[in-house]
Amino acid sequence: MTAAAITPARKGSGFWGAFARNKGAVIGLVFLALVVLMAVFADLLYPASPWDMTAMPFQPPLSEDALLGSDTLGRDIASGIAHGARVSLLIGLTSTAVAVLIGVFLGAVSGFYGGRVDDLVMRFTELFQTIPNFVLAVVLVAIFTPSLTSIVLAIAIVSWPPLARLARGEFMSLRSREFVHAAVTTGQSNLTIIWRQILPNSLSPIIVSASLMVATAILLESSLSFLGLGDPNLMSWGYMVGAARTVIRQAWWMSFFPGIAILLTVLALNLVGEGLNDALNPKLARKGRS
Amino acid sequence: MTETTLLDVRNLTIDLPRGADRPHAVEDLTFTLERGEILCVVGESGSGKSMTAHAVMGLLPKAVKVSSGGIRHQGTDVLSLPERDQRALRGGRIAMIFQEPMTALNPLMRVGDQIDEVLRYHTALDRAARRARVVELLASVGLPEPDHLRRSYPFRLSGGQRQRVMIAMALAVEPDVLIADEPTTALDVTTQKQILELIRDIQAKRHMGVMFITHDFGVVAEIAHRVAVMQKGRLVEIGAAEEVLNRPKHPYTRQLIAAVPHLIEHREDFTRDRQPVLTAQKVCKTFHIGGGFFTPGRKVVAGDDLSLTIHQGETVGLVGESGSGKSTLGRSIVGLIKPDSGKILFEGVDLLSLSRPAFRPYRRHVQMVFQDPYASLNPRHTVGDIITQGPVAFGEDRHRALDKAKELLTLVGLDASAAERFPHEFSGGQRQRISIARALALEPKLLIADEPVSALDVSVQAQVLDLLEDLRHRLNLSMLFITHDLRIAAQICDTIAVMQKGRIVEIGPAKEVFGNPQHGYTRTLLDAIPGKGWTVPEDVVPVTRRSAALRNSA
Repeated sequence: MTAAAITPARKGSGFWGAFARNKGAVIGLVFLALVVLMAVFADLLYPASPWDMTAMPFQPPLSEDALLGSDTLGRDIASGIAHGARVSLLIGLTSTAVAVLIGVFLGAVSGFYGGRVDDLVMRFTELFQTIPNFVLAVVLVAIFTPSLTSIVLAIAIVSWPPLARLARGEFMSLRSREFVHAAVTTGQSNLTIIWRQILPNSLSPIIVSASLMVATAILLESSLSFLGLGDPNLMSWGYMVGAARTVIRQAWWMSFFPGIAILLTVLALNLVGEGLNDALNPKLARKGRS
Repeated sequence: MTETTLLDVRNLTIDLPRGADRPHAVEDLTFTLERGEILCVVGESGSGKSMTAHAVMGLLPKAVKVSSGGIRHQGTDVLSLPERDQRALRGGRIAMIFQEPMTALNPLMRVGDQIDEVLRYHTALDRAARRARVVELLASVGLPEPDHLRRSYPFRLSGGQRQRVMIAMALAVEPDVLIADEPTTALDVTTQKQILELIRDIQAKRHMGVMFITHDFGVVAEIAHRVAVMQKGRLVEIGAAEEVLNRPKHPYTRQLIAAVPHLIEHREDFTRDRQPVLTAQKVCKTFHIGGGFFTPGRKVVAGDDLSLTIHQGETVGLVGESGSGKSTLGRSIVGLIKPDSGKILFEGVDLLSLSRPAFRPYRRHVQMVFQDPYASLNPRHTVGDIITQGPVAFGEDRHRALDKAKELLTLVGLDASAAERFPHEFSGGQRQRISIARALALEPKLLIADEPVSALDVSVQAQVLDLLEDLRHRLNLSMLFITHDLRIAAQICDTIAVMQKGRIVEIGPAKEVFGNPQHGYTRTLLDAIPGKGWTVPEDVVPVTRRSAALRNSA
C-alpha cells in the first residue's frame, strides 16, 4: 500500500532531516566545527605561546611572519585567535553547563512542588533577574579576582534565571498531564517522576535555549576581558579587542579580526540554536513553513 | 438536478499532501443537499466528513487540494468562483457552525459585535437596524435577555449559550445552507438536547438545508431526514434516515450501528451482600480558584457529602455532566486529590488518615485508567517500560516484570512484541489497552476508570468496553466507572450513582435507576439521551452481546 511506503521514508528523516532543512543551521554547524578544530589544534598550528613576540610590532595583515598582522608588542594575531578560541568555547560551554544545572534544578523543584516552594524559589529568581546581568558579573569577577573559575561561575550565576523560569513552566504543564498522574498512582517516587517522567519530556526547549545561551556566555566573557577582567594567563578574543582599542585608528586589524571571530562564532551558535529549535519543537517550526 | 437542490457535490476528490496515511481525504464523493432537509454525515474520525464540509466552505488547509469533481450551490460552481464571490457565498448563502464554541468565537470581542460584524459585511443595514437585528437574532436562538447579553464577552457564557451565539451568527444573513460540524460533541447531554431541538426548529421555520456532521448515531436518530455514511473518504451508504437506521445495508454501517451503546437491560441482579471493597463516607471537596492577596477568588464545590460503597466484583457507574464532581471523587480515591473532609475506607482502613509512606502500599490495590489515551502514556518510554514502572517501583525484578507485562499485553488483546515499541506507534484504542495493562500490572482489587472510552471512536469504544467487561469477570475486579454517557453506564454498570453539582442525587441498582428514576435530574438526563426513541435493529446486534444478554436473562 502507498501509505505504508511513504511513512518509513518520513521517519528516517527524523531529527537530522528537520535540522538540515534549515540551511542557516547547517552553515552554522560547519563553521562551529571549524572553530572547534581550530581550538583543538591551536598548539599544532601555532606551537609558540600566543603571548610570545614572534614578529615586529604593528605588522599589517598578510605580512611574511604574521598572516593577520601583529599587535603592539609583536604578538601574532592569528595565533591569538586560535588560542583564544579555546578560552571562548571553554568558558561558553562550562558556564552554560553550570547555568543549566542550577536553572533546571531550581525550575524543576519549583514547577513540580508548586505552592510555597514555588513562591520561594521564584522570588529568589526574581532577585537575580532585577540586577543587571553584566554589572553583577563585573562585580563578582572583581570580588573573586579574575580567573577561569571565577569567570565561569560569574557568567553562570547571571545566566540561570531564564532557564529556571523555562524549566518551571515546562514542569508545571507536564505535572498535570495524565501520564504523570499515572506514575503517581502506580506508586513511583517523586524523584523518579521528576527524573524519568518529566525531565526527558521537557528537555527540548531547554536544549534550544541552552545553545543560545552559549553565545551569550561567549559575549559576556569577551566583554569582561575587554574591560580587563579576563583571566590574565589566558589569551582571549575579548582581551585582544580591549588591548587594541587605543590604537584602533593606526592598526585596525588588531581589534578587527578578534571582533570578527566573536561575531561569527556567536552568529553560528544562534543559527545552530534555531536549527535545534526546528528539529526539537517540530510544531513551532511547521507553523512558519507549512 | 431539481429545483430544490441546494448543494450538489459531484465526484469530489480531495488530495492529501504526500506522506499522509492515505492519498485522498475524500474520494469520488457524490451527494446532494435538498431544501428543507437535514442530511447527517456520519463517520468515525478520519473518514473525511469534516474535510468535505471545509471544502464546501472554502476552508481547506493550503496543503490540501481538490483534484477533481465539483461542488455546485444552486447551480453555481463554488470551487471556480473568484475569491471575492466565494466570500460573499460563505456566510451569505452558506453558513457554518463549529464543534468548539469557545475557540470559534473571538474571546476579545463582545458577542453582539461579532454578529454585527457579519451583518456589516453582508448587508447594507445601518447601525440602528443592525443592532435591532442582533437582538432579534439572539432572541431567536432562545438566549435570555438578548439586549443585555449582546454586550457580554464569550467567556461569560456557558458552552450551550456560546453555541447558540454561533448559531445566531450563522443565521444572521439568512443562509439557505447551514453546515454544522459536530456542533454538540463538546456539550453536555442536556445542553445537546436543547441545541438539537433549536437546530431542528430553525431548520423547519426557515426551510433551510442542513448538513449535520456527527459521529453519534443517537444524534442521527434524533434529527436526520437523510443519512450519509462515510468510511475512509468514501461514501458507503446514503438514504432516508428511517431506512439507514433500521435496515442498514453496508457492512460498515451495520458495524457502526452495532457499536452504538444502547440501553439494554442485560444485567443479572447483582447481589450486594458481598464484602465491600471501598466505602466513601461524607467526602467533601471545595476548590478555590484564582484569588490573590486581597481578592478572595471563586469557590467550586466538587464534592459535597459524597457517600458510596463498591462491593467485591461490583461495577459502580458514576454519571453526571461536566463539572458535577465525578472525576474529583475518582481522583480522591487514588490519592491524586486530598478531600477536605470525610473518609475513604479501603477494606476497612481509612486511606485519608494515612501518611504518604503509609498510603503507598494501598496504591497498588487501587489503580486508574485515564481518559485521554494520548496524554496518559509517556511518549518517551517504551510500552514495556510504561507497564513495568509500577511493579518495579514496588520492588519487583525488572525481568520478571517485563515477562508479566508481555502476558498482560496479550491479555488486553495486543501482541507481546508491543513492549518494545513506543506509544505513538499505536492507535487510540490500542493505547487505551496499554493503559489498562499498566493498571492491571499491579494486580489491583479496584479499578477506577475515568471516562476511559470518551476519546475513542464508537467501534473502538465498544471493543474497549467489551475488554473491560471481560477482564472484570476474569480477574474478579471491582470497578468505579466514571462517564458522562448514560448509554455506556447502562451497558456495563451494576450500580449507578448520578451526580449533579458535587452531590450524589440518586444511587441504586442500574435497573432501578434507569427503569424507575426517582430524582428529577436523573429523569432529565435520561430524557436527554439522543436517539432514545430508536432501537437498534435486532439483526445487527453483535452475537457476543446477544448471548451475554441471553445468559443473564436466563
